[in-house]
This record gives sequence, structure tokens and C-alpha cells, in this order.
Amino acid sequence: MSGAVCPVPATDAERIELGHGGGGALMHRLIEGLFRPAFGETGPEPAHDGAVLPAAGGRLAFTTDSFVVTPLEFPGGDIGALAVIGTVNDLAMCGAQPLYLSAGFILEEGLEIALLRRIAASMGQAAAAAGVRLVTGDTKVVERGKGDGLYITTAGVGSVGPGTAIGPQFVRAGDVVLLSGDVGRHGIAIMAAREGLGFKTAIESDMACLAPTVRALAEAGVALHCLRDLTRGGLATSLVEIATGAGLTIRIDEAAVTVSDAVRGACEVLGLDPWYVANEGRLVACVPEADADRALAILRAQPGGAAAAMIGRVGPAAGHGQALAEAIGGARVLDMLSGEQLPRIC
Amino acid sequence: MKYVDEYRDAALARRLAQAIAGTVTRPWTLMEICGGQTHSLLRHGIDQMLPEDVTLLHGPGCPVCVTPAAVIDQAIAIAGAPGVTLCSFGDMLRVPGDAGSLLSARARGGDVRMVYSPLDAVALAQARPDRQVVFLAVGFETTAPATAMAVLQAERAGLDNFSLLVSHVLVPPAIEALLSAPDARVQGFLAAGHVCTVMGTGEYEPIARRYRVPIVVTGFEPLDLLQGILSCLRQLEAGRAEVENEYGRSVRPGGNQPAQAAIRQVFAIEPRDWRGMGEIAASGLGLAPVYARFDARNRFGATDPAPPRASPCISGDILRGRRKPVACPAFGTSCTPEHPLGATMVSSEGACAAYYRYRRAAAA
Repeated sequence: MSGAVCPVPATDAERIELGHGGGGALMHRLIEGLFRPAFGETGPEPAHDGAVLPAAGGRLAFTTDSFVVTPLEFPGGDIGALAVIGTVNDLAMCGAQPLYLSAGFILEEGLEIALLRRIAASMGQAAAAAGVRLVTGDTKVVERGKGDGLYITTAGVGSVGPGTAIGPQFVRAGDVVLLSGDVGRHGIAIMAAREGLGFKTAIESDMACLAPTVRALAEAGVALHCLRDLTRGGLATSLVEIATGAGLTIRIDEAAVTVSDAVRGACEVLGLDPWYVANEGRLVACVPEADADRALAILRAQPGGAAAAMIGRVGPAAGHGQALAEAIGGARVLDMLSGEQLPRIC
Repeated sequence: MKYVDEYRDAALARRLAQAIAGTVTRPWTLMEICGGQTHSLLRHGIDQMLPEDVTLLHGPGCPVCVTPAAVIDQAIAIAGAPGVTLCSFGDMLRVPGDAGSLLSARARGGDVRMVYSPLDAVALAQARPDRQVVFLAVGFETTAPATAMAVLQAERAGLDNFSLLVSHVLVPPAIEALLSAPDARVQGFLAAGHVCTVMGTGEYEPIARRYRVPIVVTGFEPLDLLQGILSCLRQLEAGRAEVENEYGRSVRPGGNQPAQAAIRQVFAIEPRDWRGMGEIAASGLGLAPVYARFDARNRFGATDPAPPRASPCISGDILRGRRKPVACPAFGTSCTPEHPLGATMVSSEGACAAYYRYRRAAAA
């Protein structure tokens, strides 16, 4: 690229301008001066809109996810680390070894470069920790008022080893359901950090890369029939998805599911059900009962996994698949919410 | 967690259920007033622990459910006015009036915001003098004090860009309306603990005497509900009809005096239309004449209510305890939380939503 094709002066701006998304010098500088150094080593070949990757020899897992969280930095993480970890976790839930990620940025005119630099650094750190590389990306800038500062879309690919067969369709009656820790922290941390909530809490997001957990389970020979990370919709939604996908009945022992006192307190005040609150570092695994103890020991040994527990069992289908929670007086049906949980009135 | 775990003890719950079974000698019909109690009963399966002789009917204590469609339509019209920011509680945004919901008004470009407290709306008005901030104030005696405080704060701050669309409702007149209906079936009430935390228990004494019904002030946790049901049944079996407080950890007989004073100062009692139940005399709180300048109806004018649409929805019968949600032909078929035909399916406190969420398989 040569000459002044971009109408915006190519200066070291303190803020993102429309020109940063124009495909010209400013954007080039943004990529070369900010993203690439932050990301560290990239793919084997120079990347443009897409990256040419070495053939994997086996099966590849491929996923994408967009991140529009507000605030961009929250207790326990930020949108950058979340965009990496979220996609890595999606790959891990396929039983894949996460390998490569793409990152698409939608920047709002006026975003502070310093904030973007912090988030990019956070992405680089999260990727390095997860053992994945950010190999390609895309940048657009929207006018002020047309975005929430920054949106990130990531896509990822990973290799899937032979013999891996993970999904609701592989769940069997008799399997046990394991949960990797307490639930509800990410969603409540985000809500509390948003303006106008009017209460302070020390709750931090549970955001964590789940790939090492899955790897440890697989290396220990645990037969992983189904894995789900408990993101939007939370624990309850994932259980409903697994049960319906499997066409089986999952019975959950409510008392076995850990919710921290801080999260429970916030949920009581706001009228939210913590089982439907988003997590970013929690999974459920359906495994044969024979593997349950071994798997549970591995889950508990992970950072933040002290509260991992066996929370339920898979039984034969009763008509269509459904998830039930054992309550004091009997079982209640778990359901997906029709929309976002909204705080109740009184 | 303190104040929660000890009231969810499964062993104690079973013991209370046994005591209830040992108390009942014939059929009784009770009503829990509050939608929060309805959800707790179903969520924890308390209704399944009761003898067949005990019927629980679900009362009208869901603020979202009883707010008239005309009020929602008026809020939508105001939200569409230029320069207006309309605020309300999260639950309220999803409920359809006859002209859509506030969320759909937002999708059409209206500035509609969810707040956690009316005081947040006052703060917003202070921060945005260029906007007319309107708070849609709904709810029972529980939320009325916060609305009153918002009015008093706005007055103190001299705000001329804050107003309210008030549709507050009162519990005792609704109980009287239910009891004086010719087909009244309810023999005992579980009164809403949080309402009595504000108002005290005194206003229920004349109702218990006049209609010969026990009224037990009850909390929201499983043991609270079982204890309230047990006390109510013991009274019925013994032929007593008294006001009894089983939520003593929160409710004092005189209630919260400063909150009541704020309500008396800011509001005037007026007739109120209840969605599904019709007009009930002296059952609403509106802004007192001295605060009329904060009335959004005065500021933006009243709208003509849209003609009501024909609907198979029986939420009126449900709110009056005449029928249960599963008796509705539309329940779970043409009426679901995604496509609600009535407010009782929308609100997180609505009886239909509770049955749909917790009992759908059992009902199917």
C-alpha cells in the first residue's frame, strides 16, 4: 500500500477514528503496531482476511463466537480474554485440542487506544495460556454511538483425535453428570459491574480456560460422552439441551450444585435463578459411572475446581428427553428461559 | 446462606408436611396472595407435599399481571414521544398491553430502560436534564414506598423533567373483592409477608372478622409456606378466623411506620382497574393532588385505550382463583412464555408462567 489513500491523517491517534476501519494506513498501523505485537507469534504464513493453515491430518473442530459484553473490563477478566477463552472452551467441548483462533473487531469511534491495548494484551496472554495462536483477524470501525466501544468475534479451529465421540447423542442411561465448580459468578459479576445496579460485590467472573481440564480427563482415560460449557443460559439451559439432544431424562440433585453465598445473595435480591446465570469457566460432563470418581478427582484438582461435584444421573427417557431437579417436595422440570432473565419487581 | 438455608431444610419440611396431613380432616381451599409465593410453592414442590384435601389457589398478587393493558399502552405511547426516557422494572418491560410491550417499543426506537429502583429513575433525570424521564410505577404496598421516596426526592431536587405513570395497587381491597364475589371459594388466606412488613397486620383484622376467614401472614421460603399453610389449616379445623403472623422475623404488627408515612404523604387512594378482575373500589394508589405536577398523565395527556382483542386467555379467572392454569385450553399450546396471551404467562411471578416452568411435563 502506498500514498494517502486514507482521508484520515496517519498520525498516532489517541482514539479510534473512522479511518481505522477504512482499510488504509491507519488500519494497517493498528494491525501492525498494536494487534500483531500483542498477539505474539502468528501463523506460519502471512495472513490477510483468512489464514492458510497446515493440514491437520485428522479431523478439525471449527467454531466462532461474538463478544459484546459491557463493561469491557469486569472483575475477573475483560472482553479480550473472554473472546479467546470462550472460543477455546467451545473447541474443548468438542473434545478438540484448540489450535488456531481468528479475531474480528468492531471498534466504536472514540474508543481509547489505551483500553484497546490492554484488551489486546489480555487476548495475547489468554491465547498463550491456552496454547492457541491468534492467526488472523478483521477490523471495522463504526461511528460513535453505533457500538458499545468494542465488539469481538473470534473463530477457532482445533484438532480432534481419533475415537473422540462427544455430544448429547453419545449420552447413555446410567451416565453420571459432573459439574466442574460453583455456578453463576460470571453473570453476576457482569451485572454488578454495570452502572446503575446499586450494589457492590466482590464477586469475580469464573472465566477460565477449560481445555486443560478436558485434556486431563481424556488423558486419564475418562470416557467423555458429552461436555458443555455453561455460558449463556447457565447450568439449567445446558442440562435441558443435553437431555433433549440425548432423548433421555436427567435428574439433578439440587443440593449437590454449589452456588457461592455472594452469588446466591445477589440472586435473591434481584430475583434471579443462579442456575440460569452465565458462567465462563464451568462445564458439565456426562461420563459412565465407572469413570465418575476418577473424573471428579481431576475436576477438583483444577484451579477453582474445589466445588466440583457429581450433581445427577441420566435415566431412561420418559417420552421426550427432559431435565428434572429434585426439590424438597418433588421433582421440577427444568426449562429454557424464553429470553433474558429480568429482575423481578418485589 | 443465612436466612435462606434454614428455611429450606428438607427434613423439617417433611415434618411440617406430616403435621399438615395430621391436621386435615376434610377438604379446605386456601389462597396464597403473592405471586412470589406461588412460584416458591411450585419450584420447591410444596404443593405436592400436601394432602389431596388441601387445594391451593393462586392469588392476584403479581403486580405485572394485574396492571391494566391500558396503562401499558399509555406507557408505550409516552415512550414514543420525542425526548422521553421511560423507565420501569425489568419484569414490566415484557408484558403485552393491547399495543405491544415496552420492549417492542424500545425496538421501534423508544428510549425504554430497565431500572432496579424508582430512585434510579430520579438519578437519571438529574443526570439528563435534556430528557423527560418517566417512571412507570407499578406494584403493591411493597414497592409503593420506594415510588413515594422518588417523588419526594424529585420534589426536593426541584426536578421538572421527572414524572410518573402510577398504577400502584393495594392488597386488602382485592381480598375483600375475592371474598365478596358470589362464587367465593377461598376459606383461608396466606397473606404476603413483604406487604405486611410495610403495612403491618392491622388492616387484615376487620377482613378476618367480617368474612370469618383465617389470614396467616406468610413468608416465601419452603418452611415459611408450610408453616403458614399449617397455621391456616389449624385455624380452619378449630373454627377460628384470626390474623396470625408466621413471618415474625420480618413483620411487626405496626409495620414500617416511615414507609407508611411516605405512602400517606405522596399518594391518594383511588379506584383501580385490575387486569382480569375489573375495577375494585379504593384499591389503588395515585399521586395526591399536591403532587399532580409529577403525574405523567398531566404532562403527556391521556391516551385512548386500544380496543381489547378477543382471546381465549382465562387469566381473569386464574387471578380470582376460579381456575388453575392447566385448565386453560391455551396453556402450553397457543400460550407459552415466548408467545404469551396473558400477563400471567409473562411475569416471572405469574401463575401460568410458574406452572409452565415447573409443571409442564406433569400437565402434558
